[in-house]
Amino acid sequence: MELQQEKKSLNKKSRTYAIKKSLLRNWQLYVFLLPALTYFFIFHYIPMYGVQIAFKDYFANLGISGSPWVGFEHFDRFFNSYYFWRLLKNTIILNAYGLLLFPLPIIFALSLNELRAGAFKKWSQTLTYAPHFISVVVVVGMLVAFLDPVTGLVNHAIRGLGFESISFLTSPDWFRHIYVWSGQWQTLGWSTIIYLAALAGVNPELHEAAKVDGATRLQRVLRINLPSIMPTIIILFILNMGNFMQIGFEKVLLMQNTLNSETSDIIQTFVYETGLLEGRYSFAAAIGLFESAINIVLLITVNQIARKVSENSLW
Amino acid sequence: MRNFSLSDQAFERINFIFVLMITLIIIYPLIFVISASISDPHAVNTGKMWLWPVDITFDGFIRVFKNKAIWVGYRNTIVYTLIGTCIHLFILLPCAYALSRKELIAKQFFLWFVLFTMLFNGGLIPTYLVVKGLGMVNTMWAIVIPGVIGAWSILVARSFFQQTIPDQLVEASKIDGASDFYLFIKIVLPLSLPIIAVMALFHAVALWNQYFNALIYLSDEKLFPLQLILRQILIVNEVSADSAASAAGSAQSFADQVKTASLVKYAVIIVSALPLLIVYPFLQRFFVKGVLIGSVKE
Repeated sequence: MELQQEKKSLNKKSRTYAIKKSLLRNWQLYVFLLPALTYFFIFHYIPMYGVQIAFKDYFANLGISGSPWVGFEHFDRFFNSYYFWRLLKNTIILNAYGLLLFPLPIIFALSLNELRAGAFKKWSQTLTYAPHFISVVVVVGMLVAFLDPVTGLVNHAIRGLGFESISFLTSPDWFRHIYVWSGQWQTLGWSTIIYLAALAGVNPELHEAAKVDGATRLQRVLRINLPSIMPTIIILFILNMGNFMQIGFEKVLLMQNTLNSETSDIIQTFVYETGLLEGRYSFAAAIGLFESAINIVLLITVNQIARKVSENSLW
Repeated sequence: MRNFSLSDQAFERINFIFVLMITLIIIYPLIFVISASISDPHAVNTGKMWLWPVDITFDGFIRVFKNKAIWVGYRNTIVYTLIGTCIHLFILLPCAYALSRKELIAKQFFLWFVLFTMLFNGGLIPTYLVVKGLGMVNTMWAIVIPGVIGAWSILVARSFFQQTIPDQLVEASKIDGASDFYLFIKIVLPLSLPIIAVMALFHAVALWNQYFNALIYLSDEKLFPLQLILRQILIVNEVSADSAASAAGSAQSFADQVKTASLVKYAVIIVSALPLLIVYPFLQRFFVKGVLIGSVKE
């Protein structure tokens, strides 16, 4: 008995000794980690600690920990305010609309994949990827120029067809369409990259076999290529859902004006306005927390569903 | 059998036309902006110019180049992009390398420490308070430091190191008495140029194009990056920005100002977006590679 115990403590000793030795030998690796860990600590973990101001009345002179607790007061006020449902509705519709177009890059990728390798394929890829590199400011600037009621290209065309000009950017009815489709213009090509890579991995023997059986090109695309990239599609869909509430807020902020705010007011622009423009830090932090809570719940839910239905999930 | 090949031919043709249409739709706005930037603004505003330049003039570019605010913004953006990208690499690469090494004790803990920031973050306001608390508001650091690295890029670089740096190489050099610093700088980095290029490019593009951090953290116009100046010219108030551009000249009529405003508008888009659009086709394979390494599931 005693011998065993001695052995154990010896083992323990030798383990701690081994760890010490390893730490000593590899101390430089920990130095390598230091800048990154410091960054994450300061700019991610301290803000997480700071989230508590959502449950407090934050006063700058009292600091985060010194400010008085108020419980769920800010949440109550937000949920009972007249704009709560409007913000929630706008946020959900805008993101759901974007998600509705999720199949477009898949279709485009399947289509690109059927092109014979050559100059045309290369050029169409290079050209359709290009808008990805244009900043949101420039994209919205282009929208402003193109959609101008008097001088804009689009309204020239509309008038040319004999209709009245439309003031697109100040209209709540048009906001969502413009937002989502201009986004699609920017990302359609770029989003095909991952699908094209997945398509390159499709087993050519499947195609040979299908050819022998007399399958047409279209049939092969739909019955072989599409199912082969399904795991990729599902993973990307989950990731998109995980970002559900927070897509493209910077663009919304640029496109927003008092005339279209009926549909363009979303939770994040509201956080920016109340928090940074009006300085109601606690209230805005509460709304932001509400939003990230929804996000996490969504991500976990979609992941669970995907795992049950298809065996493809993030974790 | 012939029937099938006939339908396949039709498929091929329809598919070709489909891709061609999409490509044309996507590049049309870009061609329009380029043409508009060197066309007579009157032709642009009345809809006469719709594809190729009409009554070519370089007035817009001349006005852009005379505008001091744009130059200052341009210089700021270049400085922020360069410094930000260097810091990005300096923090990212050692961390990703260390996380790729087996000898690291408590690796799971460090990985989760990084990964958790992907799942949950404090949000806009608490982050703003931290940046403000550090006294970074109205300095270059507010643009360069928040967001300097993300969990995603660490995972990507880490999986690259895991795949390309063989363990035997590390062990052999260690037996030869090389320190981790030496190993990292003399052996690992030279073997990792592709991932360094990819990471640097992605971060540089993001910095070049971002405006939001500048919007919330900067109020001193001398520090404004190009995107914030563009926002003023293109979105917020085009006429006043143009009058600033021509302030040196004689007083213009209002109509004249509006006319040139649209000219400067297109030229300024070209000036800001062109560097990326010109460089990108040559670096396309790096960008594509970056997306693909990033999509590899652990």
